[in-house]
Amino acid sequence: MKDKIVLSQGFEIQGADFVRGGEASCQIVEALRDLAFPPEIVRRAGIASYEMEMNMVLYADHGMLSLTVTPDAIMIFADDQGQGIPDIELAMQNGYSTATQEIREMGFGAGMGLSNIKKNSDKMQITSTVGEGTKVHIVIEANGARSNS
Amino acid sequence: MRLRDIVDAIGAQVLVGDKSLLEREITTASACDLMSDVLAFAKSGILLITGLTNSQVVRTAVIADLSGVIIVRGKQPETATVELARKMRVPLLGTSMHMFETCSELSKIGIIGTCSDTS
Repeated sequence: MKDKIVLSQGFEIQGADFVRGGEASCQIVEALRDLAFPPEIVRRAGIASYEMEMNMVLYADHGMLSLTVTPDAIMIFADDQGQGIPDIELAMQNGYSTATQEIREMGFGAGMGLSNIKKNSDKMQITSTVGEGTKVHIVIEANGARSNS
Repeated sequence: MRLRDIVDAIGAQVLVGDKSLLEREITTASACDLMSDVLAFAKSGILLITGLTNSQVVRTAVIADLSGVIIVRGKQPETATVELARKMRVPLLGTSMHMFETCSELSKIGIIGTCSDTS
Protein backbone atom coordinates (compact mmCIF):
# COMPACT_ATOMS: atom_id res chain seq x y z
CA MET A 1 0.00 0.00 0.00
CA LYS A 2 1.62 3.21 -1.17
CA ASP A 3 0.21 5.59 1.43
CA LYS A 4 0.85 3.39 4.45
CA ILE A 5 2.27 5.40 7.34
CA VAL A 6 5.51 3.87 8.60
CA LEU A 7 6.09 6.39 11.37
CA SER A 8 4.30 9.41 12.76
CA GLN A 9 5.74 11.61 15.51
CA GLY A 10 4.96 15.04 16.89
CA PHE A 11 7.13 17.35 18.97
CA GLU A 12 6.03 20.42 20.90
CA ILE A 13 8.41 23.31 20.36
CA GLN A 14 8.67 26.14 22.84
CA GLY A 15 9.69 29.57 21.58
CA ALA A 16 12.96 30.92 23.08
CA ASP A 17 13.89 27.51 24.52
CA PHE A 18 17.44 27.75 23.22
CA VAL A 19 18.78 24.96 25.44
CA ARG A 20 16.47 22.34 23.94
CA GLY A 21 16.33 23.85 20.45
CA GLY A 22 17.28 21.14 17.96
CA GLU A 23 16.41 18.25 20.25
CA ALA A 24 13.36 17.24 18.20
CA SER A 25 15.36 17.26 14.96
CA CYS A 26 18.07 15.08 16.52
CA GLN A 27 15.32 12.60 17.45
CA ILE A 28 13.97 12.77 13.89
CA VAL A 29 17.46 12.05 12.53
CA GLU A 30 17.82 9.05 14.86
CA ALA A 31 14.37 7.73 13.88
CA LEU A 32 15.16 8.03 10.15
CA ARG A 33 18.52 6.30 10.65
CA ASP A 34 16.72 3.49 12.50
CA LEU A 35 14.37 3.18 9.52
CA ALA A 36 17.47 2.59 7.36
CA PHE A 37 17.15 5.59 5.07
CA PRO A 38 20.40 6.38 3.21
CA PRO A 39 22.68 8.90 5.02
CA GLU A 40 22.23 11.58 2.36
CA ILE A 41 18.42 11.51 2.70
CA VAL A 42 18.67 11.52 6.52
CA ARG A 43 21.03 14.49 6.30
CA ARG A 44 18.70 16.47 4.03
CA ALA A 45 15.68 15.75 6.23
CA GLY A 46 17.67 16.57 9.37
CA ILE A 47 18.95 19.89 8.05
CA ALA A 48 15.50 20.98 6.84
CA SER A 49 13.90 19.86 10.11
CA TYR A 50 16.53 21.63 12.25
CA GLU A 51 16.06 24.89 10.34
CA MET A 52 12.28 24.59 10.74
CA GLU A 53 12.62 23.82 14.44
CA MET A 54 15.10 26.64 15.11
CA ASN A 55 12.88 29.09 13.22
CA MET A 56 10.14 28.28 15.73
CA VAL A 57 12.52 28.51 18.71
CA LEU A 58 13.94 31.83 17.50
CA TYR A 59 10.86 33.59 16.15
CA ALA A 60 7.63 31.93 17.34
CA ASP A 61 5.82 31.70 20.68
CA HIS A 62 5.29 27.97 20.37
CA GLY A 63 4.60 25.37 17.73
CA MET A 64 4.47 21.75 16.64
CA LEU A 65 6.99 19.88 14.53
CA SER A 66 5.50 16.74 12.99
CA LEU A 67 7.16 13.92 11.11
CA THR A 68 5.27 11.51 8.88
CA VAL A 69 7.07 8.75 7.04
CA THR A 70 5.52 6.62 4.31
CA PRO A 71 7.37 4.12 2.09
CA ASP A 72 7.61 6.85 -0.57
CA ALA A 73 8.33 10.02 1.34
CA ILE A 74 9.44 11.83 4.48
CA MET A 75 7.08 14.68 5.35
CA ILE A 76 7.84 17.31 7.96
CA PHE A 77 5.35 19.95 9.05
CA ALA A 78 6.08 22.97 11.23
CA ASP A 79 3.03 24.80 12.51
CA ASP A 80 3.65 27.74 14.85
CA GLN A 81 1.82 30.47 16.65
CA GLY A 82 3.86 33.64 16.53
CA GLN A 83 4.73 36.83 14.72
CA GLY A 84 4.47 35.38 11.19
CA ILE A 85 6.42 36.48 8.10
CA PRO A 86 5.21 39.66 6.30
CA ASP A 87 7.06 39.02 3.01
CA ILE A 88 7.85 35.36 2.34
CA GLU A 89 9.60 36.06 -0.98
CA LEU A 90 12.00 38.43 0.77
CA ALA A 91 12.52 36.01 3.67
CA MET A 92 13.46 33.27 1.19
CA GLN A 93 16.41 35.31 -0.13
CA ASN A 94 19.88 34.14 0.93
CA GLY A 95 21.26 36.46 3.57
CA TYR A 96 17.99 38.19 4.44
CA SER A 97 17.46 38.06 8.18
CA THR A 98 15.51 39.81 10.91
CA ALA A 99 17.56 38.12 13.65
CA THR A 100 18.51 40.03 16.76
CA GLN A 101 22.09 40.29 18.00
CA GLU A 102 21.27 37.68 20.68
CA ILE A 103 20.18 35.18 18.01
CA ARG A 104 23.33 35.83 15.96
CA GLU A 105 25.56 35.30 18.97
CA MET A 106 24.09 31.81 19.25
CA GLY A 107 25.15 31.06 15.69
CA PHE A 108 21.81 31.55 13.98
CA GLY A 109 20.21 34.26 11.92
CA ALA A 110 22.59 34.04 8.94
CA GLY A 111 19.65 34.48 6.61
CA MET A 112 20.06 31.01 5.14
CA GLY A 113 17.25 29.19 6.94
CA LEU A 114 14.28 29.22 4.57
CA SER A 115 16.37 28.87 1.42
CA ASN A 116 18.24 26.01 3.05
CA ILE A 117 14.95 24.26 3.87
CA LYS A 118 13.98 24.62 0.21
CA LYS A 119 17.38 23.40 -1.00
CA ASN A 120 17.12 20.22 1.07
CA SER A 121 13.53 19.30 0.22
CA ASP A 122 11.79 18.14 -2.94
CA LYS A 123 8.62 20.09 -2.19
CA MET A 124 8.17 23.02 0.13
CA GLN A 125 5.05 24.95 0.96
CA ILE A 126 5.01 27.95 3.25
CA THR A 127 2.10 30.08 4.38
CA SER A 128 2.11 32.78 7.01
CA THR A 129 -0.24 35.25 8.62
CA VAL A 130 1.32 38.21 10.39
CA GLY A 131 0.44 38.17 14.08
CA GLU A 132 -0.85 34.60 13.92
CA GLY A 133 1.87 32.25 12.78
CA THR A 134 3.60 30.30 10.03
CA LYS A 135 3.12 26.86 8.51
CA VAL A 136 5.94 25.15 6.62
CA HIS A 137 5.38 21.80 4.96
CA ILE A 138 8.13 19.87 3.24
CA VAL A 139 8.37 16.57 1.40
CA ILE A 140 11.52 14.60 0.76
CA GLU A 141 10.99 11.86 -1.81
CA ALA A 142 12.34 8.53 -0.63
CA ASN A 143 10.87 6.14 -3.10
CA GLY A 144 12.31 2.74 -2.28
CA ALA A 145 15.42 4.35 -0.80
CA ARG A 146 15.30 2.43 2.47
CA SER A 147 17.79 -0.39 2.46
CA ASN A 148 15.38 -2.76 4.23
CA SER A 149 12.13 -1.73 2.51
CA MET B 1 44.32 11.50 8.93
CA ARG B 2 42.81 10.25 12.18
CA LEU B 3 41.36 12.66 14.69
CA ARG B 4 43.96 11.50 17.22
CA ASP B 5 46.74 12.51 14.81
CA ILE B 6 45.23 15.99 14.65
CA VAL B 7 45.11 16.12 18.47
CA ASP B 8 48.81 15.21 18.62
CA ALA B 9 49.89 17.48 15.77
CA ILE B 10 48.32 20.69 17.04
CA GLY B 11 48.29 19.88 20.76
CA ALA B 12 44.53 20.01 21.06
CA GLN B 13 42.68 19.24 24.25
CA VAL B 14 40.27 16.28 24.09
CA LEU B 15 37.01 17.42 25.70
CA VAL B 16 34.96 14.49 24.46
CA GLY B 17 36.53 11.58 22.64
CA ASP B 18 37.14 7.98 23.52
CA LYS B 19 39.43 5.62 21.64
CA SER B 20 36.96 4.81 18.87
CA LEU B 21 35.82 8.41 18.34
CA LEU B 22 39.43 9.54 17.93
CA GLU B 23 39.97 6.91 15.21
CA ARG B 24 37.66 8.83 12.87
CA GLU B 25 39.27 9.80 9.58
CA ILE B 26 39.34 13.52 8.76
CA THR B 27 40.46 15.03 5.46
CA THR B 28 38.43 18.21 5.36
CA ALA B 29 37.57 21.06 7.71
CA SER B 30 35.39 24.13 7.75
CA ALA B 31 35.69 27.17 10.05
CA CYS B 32 32.44 28.84 10.96
CA ASP B 33 30.66 30.56 13.84
CA LEU B 34 27.27 30.58 12.15
CA MET B 35 25.45 27.29 12.49
CA SER B 36 23.04 28.27 9.70
CA ASP B 37 26.03 28.58 7.39
CA VAL B 38 27.37 25.20 8.52
CA LEU B 39 24.00 23.68 7.71
CA ALA B 40 23.96 25.40 4.33
CA PHE B 41 27.55 24.85 3.20
CA ALA B 42 29.33 22.11 5.16
CA LYS B 43 29.76 18.62 3.76
CA SER B 44 29.32 15.48 5.81
CA GLY B 45 32.38 14.01 7.50
CA ILE B 46 34.23 17.30 8.04
CA LEU B 47 35.83 18.70 11.18
CA LEU B 48 34.10 21.92 12.28
CA ILE B 49 36.32 24.69 13.65
CA THR B 50 34.21 27.09 15.69
CA GLY B 51 34.18 29.60 18.53
CA LEU B 52 30.68 28.66 19.62
CA THR B 53 30.21 26.52 22.71
CA ASN B 54 26.46 25.96 23.05
CA SER B 55 24.52 22.73 22.57
CA GLN B 56 23.44 23.78 19.06
CA VAL B 57 27.03 23.13 17.94
CA VAL B 58 26.66 19.47 18.91
CA ARG B 59 23.19 19.18 17.38
CA THR B 60 24.47 20.79 14.17
CA ALA B 61 27.27 18.21 14.10
CA VAL B 62 24.78 15.36 14.53
CA ILE B 63 22.35 16.65 11.93
CA ALA B 64 24.91 17.68 9.31
CA ASP B 65 26.78 14.40 9.91
CA LEU B 66 30.09 16.08 10.85
CA SER B 67 33.01 13.98 12.15
CA GLY B 68 33.97 16.27 15.00
CA VAL B 69 34.20 19.77 16.40
CA ILE B 70 37.19 21.81 17.59
CA ILE B 71 36.44 24.83 19.78
CA VAL B 72 38.97 27.65 19.38
CA ARG B 73 40.18 30.60 21.50
CA GLY B 74 40.45 28.44 24.63
CA LYS B 75 36.74 28.61 25.30
CA GLN B 76 35.35 25.96 27.60
CA PRO B 77 32.00 24.58 26.44
CA GLU B 78 29.01 24.61 28.75
CA THR B 79 28.53 21.40 30.79
CA ALA B 80 25.32 20.67 28.85
CA THR B 81 27.29 20.83 25.58
CA VAL B 82 29.90 18.35 26.81
CA GLU B 83 27.25 15.96 28.13
CA LEU B 84 25.29 16.15 24.89
CA ALA B 85 28.42 15.51 22.80
CA ARG B 86 29.19 12.44 24.89
CA LYS B 87 25.63 11.15 24.53
CA MET B 88 25.42 11.86 20.79
CA ARG B 89 28.94 10.50 20.10
CA VAL B 90 30.36 13.76 18.75
CA PRO B 91 34.12 14.20 19.34
CA LEU B 92 34.81 17.60 20.91
CA LEU B 93 38.30 19.11 20.91
CA GLY B 94 39.57 22.39 22.27
CA THR B 95 42.52 24.66 21.49
CA SER B 96 43.80 27.94 22.89
CA MET B 97 44.69 29.04 19.34
CA HIS B 98 42.43 31.53 17.60
CA MET B 99 40.50 30.56 14.52
CA PHE B 100 43.01 31.71 11.90
CA GLU B 101 45.96 30.00 13.63
CA THR B 102 43.94 26.80 14.03
CA CYS B 103 43.09 26.79 10.32
CA SER B 104 46.70 27.51 9.43
CA GLU B 105 48.05 24.70 11.63
CA LEU B 106 45.50 22.22 10.26
CA SER B 107 46.39 23.28 6.73
CA LYS B 108 50.09 22.64 7.43
CA ILE B 109 49.35 19.02 8.34
CA GLY B 110 47.36 18.49 5.16
CA ILE B 111 43.74 19.13 6.14
CA ILE B 112 41.90 20.79 3.26
CA GLY B 113 38.86 23.05 2.96
CA THR B 114 35.44 22.02 1.67
CA CYS B 115 35.89 23.92 -1.62
CA SER B 116 39.17 22.06 -2.32
CA ASP B 117 37.55 18.72 -1.51
CA THR B 118 36.43 17.39 -4.86
CA SER B 119 35.80 13.83 -3.67
